[in-house]
Amino acid sequence: MSTHQHDHNGSELGPIELRVRALESLLIEKQLVDPQTLNALVDYFENKVGPRNGAQVVARAWVDPEYKQRLLENGTSAIAELGFTGFQAEDMVVVENTKDVHNVVVCTLCSCYPWAVLGLPPAWYKSNAYRARIVIEPRAVLKEFGLELEGETDVRVWDSTSEVRYLVLPQRPAGTEGMSEVELASMVTRNAMVGTARVRAPTDAEDSP
Amino acid sequence: MNGVHDMGGIQNMGPVEVEDNEPVFHAEWERRVFAINMATGPLGLWNLDMKRQATERMSPPGRYLNAPYYERWLESFIGLFKEHGILSEDELSCGEVRIKSLPELPPAVSPQQAIAAMQRGNPAHLDEAVAPKFSVGERIRTKNINPPTHTRLPRYARDKQGVIDRDHGVFIFPDTHSQNWDKKPQHVYAVRFTMRELWGEDASARDTVMIDLWDDYMQAEA
Repeated sequence: MSTHQHDHNGSELGPIELRVRALESLLIEKQLVDPQTLNALVDYFENKVGPRNGAQVVARAWVDPEYKQRLLENGTSAIAELGFTGFQAEDMVVVENTKDVHNVVVCTLCSCYPWAVLGLPPAWYKSNAYRARIVIEPRAVLKEFGLELEGETDVRVWDSTSEVRYLVLPQRPAGTEGMSEVELASMVTRNAMVGTARVRAPTDAEDSP
Repeated sequence: MNGVHDMGGIQNMGPVEVEDNEPVFHAEWERRVFAINMATGPLGLWNLDMKRQATERMSPPGRYLNAPYYERWLESFIGLFKEHGILSEDELSCGEVRIKSLPELPPAVSPQQAIAAMQRGNPAHLDEAVAPKFSVGERIRTKNINPPTHTRLPRYARDKQGVIDRDHGVFIFPDTHSQNWDKKPQHVYAVRFTMRELWGEDASARDTVMIDLWDDYMQAEA
């Protein structure tokens, strides 16, 4: 079997593309991987899991105080109530942002992240800069994300060194009292659930249907 | 191992660059590397801690620092396949199978098995009755250890005083699991450190870092 030197458009492939193509064809020939399995895994992480899962958890906690209590006491089982379980979210801890405490999550040693709840991590979360700096100068890093914290708010950085995975429960923004759970979930961003952003209410939240 | 992967506290790394509307993968080769990693993990040839150690040993260190994220994954499992006599660099260069006798291997994972494994997860949490060495609220000091092998005690948190914030229960110990599959079950705790303890008098007086740490990394502090 030979490696392909060109992609479908006929353009030149770089060394890493060639190496990955050679690897895949070798592993298939050695019967160690099934190409349909590779396609199914890509589809699962591109289309089936993502931050929409976590946003549903957050919205439920905002509208249901008893759910919120269960979520903060046992994140894994409360998240499983909404059907979200699995790889890289086997043991979940949810930490709540309040006016007094702002939580933010990192993995300084690699890039641990709650896949089943937030999907695969964004490039910034895996970047050298984020991993290096958030534990020593969190306020400066958060400011680069556009998040300026008041002096009386404590910053709590969670370094996910173990197999426990963390989800931040952001503060529910003011002016969203009349909103439905679905509308609330649509406002919750991935970065707010890692702790590098706040959830912003739409400016017309009072009037939205 | 005191490697470049242990980044907490390094300065001069530049700004954190955030991409708007970022796709899950940025290139087709990233999709394939991710999926090959996930499809070959369940073969049971290595565990996650061995995989992490292989990533940390990417050489030279500058290559780790500069490599795109999924290239680190790629080179770590290529290294592990080579160690197991399953792949050779020669094969990767020419794209042809050259190793004539492979070790006995489990069958490839089917699409259904792979998705079921993702939904089920692979807990590192152990249902074993192991007594905790520390209790919530107790003051501890982390050990000063510098093993040349895999550890999850970051350099910035060694020989530091902290307080046990919560007990997560019993987990696999990565330092031994990465070497010989020994799970050495023990408690993991979220441990609270002040910024001043970690970074000195100029650091914030109110901010804290919470680090998940195993029993073996700590001793009681008077």
